[in-house]
Amino acid sequence: MAVLTPVSRTPASFYASVVAAFGAFAGLLVGTAQGSGLIGLILGAVVMGAAAYLMAEVLGKEKTSRYGLALLMALGGFFIGGLVAAVIGALFGLFFGWLTFWLYEGRYRAKVAPYLTPGQVLWHYTFRVICGAIFIFLITPILVVMPLSFNAEDFFTFTPEMLRFDPDGYSLKHYRDFFTNSDWQNAVQNSIRIAPVATLLSVGFGTLAAIGLSQPHVPFRRAIMAILISPMIVPLIISAAGMYFFYSRIGLQGTYLGVVLAHAALGIPFVIITVTATLVGFDNSLTRAAANMGANPVTTFFRVQMPLILPGVISGGLFAFITSFDEVVVVLFVGSAGQKTLPWQMFTGLREQISPTILAVATILVFISICLLTVVELLRRRSERLRGMSPG
Amino acid sequence: MKLTKTLLATSALTIAAGMVHADAHMADEMTIVSWGGAYSNSQQKAYHDPYMEKTGVKIINDESSAEAVSKLRAMKEAGNVTWDVVDVVASDALRLCDEGLAMEIDPDEMLAEGDDGSSASDDFGDLLVGDCFIPQIVYSTTVGYRTDLVGDTPPTDICAIFDTETYPGKRALEKRPIGNMEWALLCDGVDKEEIYDVLETEEGQQQALDKLATIKDDVIWWSAGADTPQLLADGEVIMGSTYNGRLFSLIEEQDQPVAMMWDAQVFDLDGWIIPTGLSEERQARALDYVRFATDTQRLADQAKYISYGPARKSSAPLVGKHAELGIEMAPHMPTDPENAKNTFLYNYEFWADYRDDIDAKFQAWLAQ
Repeated sequence: MAVLTPVSRTPASFYASVVAAFGAFAGLLVGTAQGSGLIGLILGAVVMGAAAYLMAEVLGKEKTSRYGLALLMALGGFFIGGLVAAVIGALFGLFFGWLTFWLYEGRYRAKVAPYLTPGQVLWHYTFRVICGAIFIFLITPILVVMPLSFNAEDFFTFTPEMLRFDPDGYSLKHYRDFFTNSDWQNAVQNSIRIAPVATLLSVGFGTLAAIGLSQPHVPFRRAIMAILISPMIVPLIISAAGMYFFYSRIGLQGTYLGVVLAHAALGIPFVIITVTATLVGFDNSLTRAAANMGANPVTTFFRVQMPLILPGVISGGLFAFITSFDEVVVVLFVGSAGQKTLPWQMFTGLREQISPTILAVATILVFISICLLTVVELLRRRSERLRGMSPG
Repeated sequence: MKLTKTLLATSALTIAAGMVHADAHMADEMTIVSWGGAYSNSQQKAYHDPYMEKTGVKIINDESSAEAVSKLRAMKEAGNVTWDVVDVVASDALRLCDEGLAMEIDPDEMLAEGDDGSSASDDFGDLLVGDCFIPQIVYSTTVGYRTDLVGDTPPTDICAIFDTETYPGKRALEKRPIGNMEWALLCDGVDKEEIYDVLETEEGQQQALDKLATIKDDVIWWSAGADTPQLLADGEVIMGSTYNGRLFSLIEEQDQPVAMMWDAQVFDLDGWIIPTGLSEERQARALDYVRFATDTQRLADQAKYISYGPARKSSAPLVGKHAELGIEMAPHMPTDPENAKNTFLYNYEFWADYRDDIDAKFQAWLAQ
């Protein structure tokens, strides 16, 4: 972005105190880890405030002082806690060096509009920090899992070897366990056998229902829609218990077909909702035109309507697939051990033996989900581009 | 159009393939319910694998023993019992037996004789609690501690749990009164013989809770057997109670700096029940399995994989070395004389009468 506002240097009272505030925060973190938060807080504020003043007013040379600070803090970290602390110290040093000169040179003002008051500038950056914090909050649990899945020990613990980046602390044994253990492999097979069939059923029924319910002449449309969507709204445990007793009476409990049907029922609402949304933009004169040219309703559906609503159908199908693939409550009730799916295996694994194999599986699943979503998004863009719906 | 046809054809094929596959699966299978983890593994190797080889029956493991009672109730209600043999602790077996959910067993008729020729009822002896329970192992709930975090004098006495001055740090205790109440009273100066007499009274229960209250801030309460080993491995707690087999695996298989404190370990029994309401054919198969899995050799074999003591007297001399580590298993058994100097046996009669009452008080106390 271009420079919007001319910048000027700021007084020491401003930048030194802001850097000192950040230093206090960092010092609090380090100090708590070392035993005393209060000492860390005070020390951090004093040291970083003084460092900022020294770098800006006394040394003056930006590059030298920034890298000098990083080096000094890396050394300091090394004396407190070895190699890892040195890396953390260097990162802190780089950050504080950048922060000092960013504030001192007034660069923070450059990319915001000139008419903003100081309060608005502050909010501008606070808002970005909050967004970043929320992002980190959401993503950290997933990221923490990944290195732990390479743990050489059988616990959910960062061992000292791992923290020292010692190769002995890492291993692929949990991945090996996943690919060789018959329990896990059975679970994968069951999931792969159940999810696609349940998805096909949901997509088939859901699409038909959505098309039917979008016709204006169908009686009780709202009521039917509400009933069909209810599996999504009713608490899962209630549906699951209901299905358990109902399926037991008719002999479906504990069978493959029973789990597939239960998952199909859970997936149908997603398909109905996405397809209904796509149908809103569907031009009904197209079907009339097709009928006018002698096509019967089935041909019209497959050759005219279906291709146009396909993006909705596919994304609905994807949701249905993930619902079935991720589902643990209903399968615990409706399934028996012969239909043990991947989430079920993970659930019992977590409860009975806390083994990092679960983390290895989670990591693999995260990558599969990312690939799946990327592929679908690319396909969707491609089809939109082909039909000229979006300029991209 | 071509795409549509392909799509439809694949869909039809997938569904058909799924159904065929599912149908082929149903015949000659039995579902055995157990606890999962290393314990299920030991059963797989000692019982399931040889049985499947011998008979060709396919055994499916269901790791639902923790909720066996409620699930069996629901199955009876729904009139569809899908489990063939269920592994439960003795107290659950007694409840299931009382409710008519477990089949009554005549040990001498339905179970194998001991290898030494003794009848099944003599061989299992006192461990045959209730009419439905088929004993399998003796396990204990005992305390393990971090050898590197307890200082120079490792704890040897159960009261170390309550001694936060000598052993500062968190402790892990099970989130239920059983075991904890006995330990609390023992460490509050009550004679071991009088513990259950004291615990019958309101004041006695309060005394135990008061003793536990002295360390309440230092306790992490666990509910799954895997919790304490994880906490010990993390160094999150310096000592904690759990099942002795879990501690064995933590110490010998995972090489963690942890040691056992066998003092005042609480013995308990675990074994099989056969649910009522099975078809005749399934019941016969379940009985055949149980007869095979609880014979002298099989029970001794299980001890190769996990440090729980076999329930038959005749199995004890056959207990050998660990299948992978090659260490003698006998000294790691809770029943080894060295380890069993000071023990409790889970008091089935007392807890059958007082469990609900004390449980409610304990949970209310926890929530305070």
